[in-house]
Amino acid sequence: MLEIRNLHAVIDGNEILRGLDLAVGAGEVHAIMGPNGSGKSTLAKVLAGHPSYEVTEGEVIYQGKNLLELAPDERAREGVFLAFQYPVEIPGVSNANFLRLAYNETRKHRGEEELDPLEFDDLLREKMKIVEMDTSFINRSVNEGFSGGEKKRNEILQMAVLDPRLAILDETDSGLDIDALRIVAGGINQLARPDNAVILVTHYQRLLNYISPDFVHVLYQGRIAKSGGKELAHELERKGYDWLKGSVAAA
Amino acid sequence: MVQVAREKDSYLAALARLAESREGRDPAWLARLREEARTRFEELDFPTTRHEEWKYTNVAPILKVAYRHAVEIEAPAPGAEAVARFSFPESRRSQLVFVDGQLAPGLSDLSALPEGVTVGDLAAAAAAGDHVVREHLGAHADFRGDAFTALNTAMAGDGAYVHVPAGKVIEAPIHLLFVASAGGESVVAHPRTLIIAGRGAMATVVESYVALDDGVYFTNAVTEVVAGEGASLDHYRLQEESLRAFHVGTTQVRQERESRYASCAISLGAALARHNLDVGLADERVECSIDGLYVVTGGQHADSHTSLDHQRPHGASHQLYKGILDGRARAVFSGKILVREGALLTDARQLNKNLLLSPDAQVNTKPQLEIFADDVKCAHGATVGQLEDDEVFYLESRGLPPERARALLTYGFAEDVIGKIRLDSVRRHLDETVLARLHQSLEVR
Repeated sequence: MLEIRNLHAVIDGNEILRGLDLAVGAGEVHAIMGPNGSGKSTLAKVLAGHPSYEVTEGEVIYQGKNLLELAPDERAREGVFLAFQYPVEIPGVSNANFLRLAYNETRKHRGEEELDPLEFDDLLREKMKIVEMDTSFINRSVNEGFSGGEKKRNEILQMAVLDPRLAILDETDSGLDIDALRIVAGGINQLARPDNAVILVTHYQRLLNYISPDFVHVLYQGRIAKSGGKELAHELERKGYDWLKGSVAAA
Repeated sequence: MVQVAREKDSYLAALARLAESREGRDPAWLARLREEARTRFEELDFPTTRHEEWKYTNVAPILKVAYRHAVEIEAPAPGAEAVARFSFPESRRSQLVFVDGQLAPGLSDLSALPEGVTVGDLAAAAAAGDHVVREHLGAHADFRGDAFTALNTAMAGDGAYVHVPAGKVIEAPIHLLFVASAGGESVVAHPRTLIIAGRGAMATVVESYVALDDGVYFTNAVTEVVAGEGASLDHYRLQEESLRAFHVGTTQVRQERESRYASCAISLGAALARHNLDVGLADERVECSIDGLYVVTGGQHADSHTSLDHQRPHGASHQLYKGILDGRARAVFSGKILVREGALLTDARQLNKNLLLSPDAQVNTKPQLEIFADDVKCAHGATVGQLEDDEVFYLESRGLPPERARALLTYGFAEDVIGKIRLDSVRRHLDETVLARLHQSLEVR
């Protein structure tokens, strides 16, 4: 589904990704771990097309297409979804209107009929159950005045509504209490299917207590330093990231 | 000053003709008030950019035009179908319509108003000896210091009069609709409004200025408002003049003890618009909220001047003014909050936020706080910014094309203010109008 080859990306003149390779197949859940500053969030943003990052080398093939040639909104309509580490507040725009517009853009793109507000309301209420969100959030402005946990749940709600092929979750477990963590993880598990793929970017192993990844990768200094199964996450939890310094220096 | 004197000549001549034609028809007090205002107008100059309060707004383009005086024009009123689109369903049977400043009884419908409430023509009420009109007309809006207000007062004839007596609650919003219709002619009109809410009265008033076509004309409006003890008044002011018109308006409000006044002033139309909103929080425990939105595109200029005068203890005022500017548009915000010595425990908050959609748009914002009392809570601030890249990216990452993302964010920025309006149809109308304006503006670019 996704093939990243020798990806280099720069922000403000600093090279953050330095030759990253990663292959993600349909039905797979990949966890990307690594210390702060290793490039985890940069990878997530580059895949979604954030304009502040410049790709200087390498390629990303998504479902046979050159992903880097697509604008951010085109990527979204093609099924790429990024759950933001810091979701943006949009005063004056209700969750319902925002999600309906976004949903219908993707429907149009797929040649499907758009839903009217009433039809969409039914769909939205259904999806809200997945993230155990109160229906009062329907008419509240997007993320405005939401707690950290509510914002993250709202990201998962958006993901549930937009039903992406490739979901990238950027530190979705940070800033959550235990209930929110359980709800968010439950939401992700419900949405993982054989025909889509999930990339979890996380600093901690805790989310992986709830979501079992097929692959765990350790990112260090802009490259994948080590890959393995879910047992690698436990190893990282025990050993921390300090051992990476030695291993990369040695390599 | 010769130049300025010439600018006033046409008005003075019209006032002289008017005084002659009205001779003996008006009550003596009204004739005296007009004459006093006329004398003052003769002495005053129209402001120039050398006046601190008019530093960023040059009224010269308004004064250059040779207008016909609406009061001297006998034009047939437009048909009901021509003004129907300016009505709101909630106030279809509580609307008072003026065409070029003259009352249009055939277009007005007041059948939804309860017994005892007066909504009608100001001049007629004055002629009938209404003591409330006599007490309040010209008593609040200061014609001694401002040429536009002096001119309006000197012209005072037809006008809107709303009197909600003590204890009355009016559920139907009262719509005062001022329509400019003069077609090819450049006309100047001086709409005058007096709104009095008695002790414990409750009402909603929508004051709107609209045009039938895109003519050049000048509206010089003055509105006086008194919220009596414990009264509660919602006041929406919609300025949707023709995009080639000029609009100068003053709203002067006096709040008595424990009254509540909520204003929302929307400025969308006119080539050049100025609105002064002055609220005197004249007694204890009053609540005042004044919100505003100006949307200017192309070469439009909108100036909002507000002043909140906290005079007594336990007053609360909240103000949110937002502006959206595109093209080469200019906007001015000046917001003064005065907390007088006796106004202990005042709680005053003011915020002005501006969104610039174009590098050529410009805004001058000037929040001012003058505090002479202890133990008060006051906060003010102003921001000028563009759409945040992170906000646009967030929406794009959900599949919205960039232009739709920008339009939605801009709409959301305005919605913050529009959402405060409690009449569904007014809110919907503004949503549509603002979106259409932004859309047009994007297309032109």
